[in-house]
Amino acid sequence: MNTSNAARLGLILLLAPLLVWLLALVILPHIDMLLISLRERVAPQVYERSFANYAEFFTEPLYWRTFARTAIMSISATALTLLIAFPVSYYIAKMLRGRLKGFLFLLCLVPFWVSELVRTFGWMILLRESGVISNVLQWTGLADGPVEMLYNDATIMVGLVYTSMLFMVVPLVTTLDSLEDSLVEAGYDLGGNGLTVLRTIIIPHAMPGIVSGCIVVFMLTLGNYLTPILLGGKSSMWFTAQIYTQFITRFNWELGAAFGFLLLALSSAIVWTGLKLSRQTLSESMG
Amino acid sequence: MDLAKNNKSFDLECRDLRCNFGSFVAVDNVSFGVPEGDFFSILGPSGCGKTTILRMMAGFLEPTSGDILIKGKSVLNVPPNKRPVNMVFQHLALFPMMNVAENIAYGLIRQGVNKSDVSAKVNSALERIGLPGSGEKNIKQLSGGQQQRVAIARCLVLEPAALLLDEPLGALDLKLREHMKVELKKMQSQFDTTFVYITHDQSEALVMSNHVAVMNEGRFEQIGTPQDLYYNPNTAFVAGFVGESNRWHGRVDEVDATGIRVSTAEGVSFLAVPAGKERLAVGDAVDIFVRPESVVIAHDETRAHEMDNRLSGNVISVLFNGANSRALVREGRSGGELDVALPQTGEFSNLAVGQKVFLGWDQAQAKAFACPSGNNQGQGT
Repeated sequence: MNTSNAARLGLILLLAPLLVWLLALVILPHIDMLLISLRERVAPQVYERSFANYAEFFTEPLYWRTFARTAIMSISATALTLLIAFPVSYYIAKMLRGRLKGFLFLLCLVPFWVSELVRTFGWMILLRESGVISNVLQWTGLADGPVEMLYNDATIMVGLVYTSMLFMVVPLVTTLDSLEDSLVEAGYDLGGNGLTVLRTIIIPHAMPGIVSGCIVVFMLTLGNYLTPILLGGKSSMWFTAQIYTQFITRFNWELGAAFGFLLLALSSAIVWTGLKLSRQTLSESMG
Repeated sequence: MDLAKNNKSFDLECRDLRCNFGSFVAVDNVSFGVPEGDFFSILGPSGCGKTTILRMMAGFLEPTSGDILIKGKSVLNVPPNKRPVNMVFQHLALFPMMNVAENIAYGLIRQGVNKSDVSAKVNSALERIGLPGSGEKNIKQLSGGQQQRVAIARCLVLEPAALLLDEPLGALDLKLREHMKVELKKMQSQFDTTFVYITHDQSEALVMSNHVAVMNEGRFEQIGTPQDLYYNPNTAFVAGFVGESNRWHGRVDEVDATGIRVSTAEGVSFLAVPAGKERLAVGDAVDIFVRPESVVIAHDETRAHEMDNRLSGNVISVLFNGANSRALVREGRSGGELDVALPQTGEFSNLAVGQKVFLGWDQAQAKAFACPSGNNQGQGT
């Protein structure tokens, strides 16, 4: 056997687990889902090929409104995460040196050592009617009765931003770390003020990190189930909850599968639009 | 510090400038002035504090004490973006997210110059640096030398009171560096701007500058023209740092009107002239510096006989380098090594290792400086 054959065999063996994984756990279920979403139950046990499930999404206002609400909330959560994470990342990447830098970076990571479920319950303990904050407010006399801070949009937003923070901070710190100090100094030296240096030098340099962070956070938020349901309750109106309802409560796999594919298609469309608007390419931001 | 004393109008002036980092004194009471249109270099080994001075002038560092004046006005507490000086960074710091024209236009736009004037100025700057029509190019498409010129043009279009250059030639290869030395000097006269240039490379400083300050351990050892520093060094450090030198350590035996007689521990005796500020007395420890190019080399003893100091020795290696050819000679009596420049007459073109040669130099060429620590550093270059 010559070396090129050996190398090819090695490559195949190395890739095999990944390919099996992709095929068995991602591609095959998706094909099955696609087929399910494209059939309509006309009588018990009798199915017909049709686009009725997709049509229902667009004709029933509840469904596409839920989706629109989910998308808008996700975009806002992404923007808010970026707004909070950028100064934090800049501070970690550019202002700090040595051990403190590593320590603060680790501090961002610490909440992710417990599961999302536990973290969200933590928020519930703080925010519920009989929770910590409510009690403190009553004890200090700032509130007369118990205060319910769960089950509204602001709380969902707080939860989503909190959950997403790390996924924004990591790519931002990485790209900002590679920004040479002398570029920022040159920006000031040639007459720029803080705002122009930020706008013309720091942000353009950090753009790949901003874009990849935003894509990850947006996708995670849009597909999040736990946080909106636990913190927002029944009024959260999250699209993933709608999919869950179709599959589990209504036992309408056909519609649920269609919703799944719509979520995939529409979120991809939103990311694509975002890339076009910011004049970035996916390969640039992920590379 | 004679430059700071006469009250001419300086473009840039530092008065008793001092900068401490904790207990470490990076810059220790430095005073100097740079006259208008001057090419002023600060020359010193790495870590001597020269970059610290430059960063204080640019405004990135606050001096611990002292004053910095630009065009006669103190700029303490003035942020870098408000100072009329610009800096060319060591690695140039061209903005990779902008093209060549945008890089040059950056400062102009910040000054509030209107759009049509900006593009006119950018185009004329591109022409002056020999890159007409390259405005749309990406920074990475330019060669090292071209990037250099863009970095300088980016500053010079702003017509600063002074341009600060932080070893900008350090990253270039030797050939390009030689070329850029000439180019920089040309650009300086073309744009008629004051340059403050810091470097650890003596040839850069000597070739380009009108005035050079030699810096060591936070202090200025000497300020003067390149010729001054080369022919009349004030301190042992300057004599050793600027140009090449053979160096001996010894004690003063005799002092008279014309100079001193020094003998080394190995028993070799030299005639030298005191060059430092200190008065030398009999018994003082001194360092003697003799440039390789002031040593006369001869095949027979008669030629070297006219010289005040005479030695003989054997060639241990020939370092041929065209016009800068040298011979390394081991001195017969003490066993010390001497660096000798070979004349370009071709007389020594077949000098061979092991050959006996006679060396000599005038008393005036041997400069003696008091050696404060008195420790024996022996012979060598």
